[in-house]
Amino acid sequence: MSAGHSLLEVRNCSLRFGGIAALTDVSIKIEAGELLGLIGPNGAGKTSLFNILTGVYRPTEGEILFEGGQVAGLPSHEINTLGMARTFQNIRLFGSLDVGMNVRTSFIARLRNGLINTVRRGRSFRSEEEEIQEEGHRLLSYFGLQHAALHPSRSLPYGDQRRLEIVRALATKPRLLLLDEPAAGMNPTEKEELKRLIARLRDEFGTAVLLVEHDMKVVMGICERLYVLDQGKVLASGTPEEIRANPKVITAYLGEDHGEVVG
Amino acid sequence: MSRSYHARIKNPRLALGAGIALAVLLQLCGGWTDPYTTQVILFAAINVILAVSLNLVMGETGQFSLCHAAFMAVGAYTSALLTGKALPAMLPQLAWTGTSWASQLTFLPVLIIAGLIAAFAGLIVGGPSLRLRGDYLAMVTLGFGEIIRVLLQNTNAVGGARGMEGILPATNLFWAIGFAAVTLYSMIALVRSTYGRGFQAVRDDEIAAAAMGINTTRFKVTAFVIGAFFAGVAGALYAHAVEFISPEGFNFLRSFEIIVMVILGGLGRPVGVAVAAILITLLNEWLRDLSQYRMVVYALIIILFMIFRPTESLGPFFRRFLPKLPMGRTETKPDNAS
Repeated sequence: MSAGHSLLEVRNCSLRFGGIAALTDVSIKIEAGELLGLIGPNGAGKTSLFNILTGVYRPTEGEILFEGGQVAGLPSHEINTLGMARTFQNIRLFGSLDVGMNVRTSFIARLRNGLINTVRRGRSFRSEEEEIQEEGHRLLSYFGLQHAALHPSRSLPYGDQRRLEIVRALATKPRLLLLDEPAAGMNPTEKEELKRLIARLRDEFGTAVLLVEHDMKVVMGICERLYVLDQGKVLASGTPEEIRANPKVITAYLGEDHGEVVG
Repeated sequence: MSRSYHARIKNPRLALGAGIALAVLLQLCGGWTDPYTTQVILFAAINVILAVSLNLVMGETGQFSLCHAAFMAVGAYTSALLTGKALPAMLPQLAWTGTSWASQLTFLPVLIIAGLIAAFAGLIVGGPSLRLRGDYLAMVTLGFGEIIRVLLQNTNAVGGARGMEGILPATNLFWAIGFAAVTLYSMIALVRSTYGRGFQAVRDDEIAAAAMGINTTRFKVTAFVIGAFFAGVAGALYAHAVEFISPEGFNFLRSFEIIVMVILGGLGRPVGVAVAAILITLLNEWLRDLSQYRMVVYALIIILFMIFRPTESLGPFFRRFLPKLPMGRTETKPDNAS
């Protein structure tokens, strides 16, 4: 990474589907190793923003710079190999693969041995498979999933499935991890665990995290800075305290009348 | 865990060795079967190649392809032209009878060239069309299959609708069973690796696979091209086994027959698909008397298989005899847990 660039910089991005504007003139910045929250009411454009960042959609206008390089419009797999990984709001594990294999799929894009070596099963292939096996196992152990390595991924409890998705994304060695509502459907104990896990991602793996989350306790508890989206626009940004005190944010969440009362 | 993992890596090599040994043995003990039985075994081996290679495309990667027989046709015609015209013209002083040494020694390169040309055809169809999904891909492959058939029908150099006859009988038990073993080995070795899990990841969830850095289009095209390669080899073996090929022999129904084998064997289970290919070949022979009702019987069998799912009950049965497969075994290595 060259000095002077933010880890990720979104400049004036818009995304339109016909006449519907999902995002309008959105600009955000993420620095390396930062824990950043992205909140907003339903339909505010949070997942749309994720989708243009990870190449699912191409922004209609604007630029996305990752470590100074343009990534807007690149295919998903290239964006991932550049160092940006994500999880999904609705869990997207590989259902026919066991837990360990789900994590090992993250190594496919970085394999040294290609097709021919794989079929030949030479020494180079075997040592690489062992490395991947160990690395995958280490990651699973790290997040307490090693006992389930050979279980079908669908058989995991819901909270573990979300955790596995994070481990799988982390296995691609990202410098920026995008988490789309990781706490959705979790019970309070699992949410506490999740908060610790996200903090560890940054502290022990040095990964910056962009977190989309509805649960304010989770977001306010761990994020250092927040962006608030409303109707496809950035409504406010700042520390959790600033956001909590911002009358515009309160209006967006609670409506005009309440805004006046509280503000 | 790591011990069972090693066993899994080495398993397919044993199978390959056993398969080739069987092929050599059967060939050396020639004369133990009548020509009819030999031909049925050849067909079974060729169908194993076709079904197991289509399984990579349909079963592992989840792409619905309706033109496997067209790749077979490309391989069949390529090899027939090579052994019938090109080789005798290049080396007229040698004896080219199919069973002669010259024919047998050049048959391996002929098979591989046939496979490569078919693979190239696969690249041409697959490259642009695998960006499509589901129904659209099925339509494009169906269209391609028909294009190949119509092209062959209207090319006089290869006999047009009359087809090519007098193809040298170069295919024997060694080539057919040997290549079936090579195909089965390659497919199992490929799929049971970190690389190979990419095909299944693409099948399970394309968006998630791409988000993990997997180039989904490349995996789909790779599966398609490998499938086409082996279909081409199978076509070449077929042409030199029956000594006569015509465009009608590689129509949509032939593709459908291979699809039936893949579905019966259980999508994504190479060994099951190979067994299904052999069973269907035998069924073909048993049902020869009611040939026009054959497809009706096929349909009935598929429906029955869908209801009773015998492949799923066969799974534990096979697993008992392959106890090293680590399915369902839990992790017991405390030193790594910290």
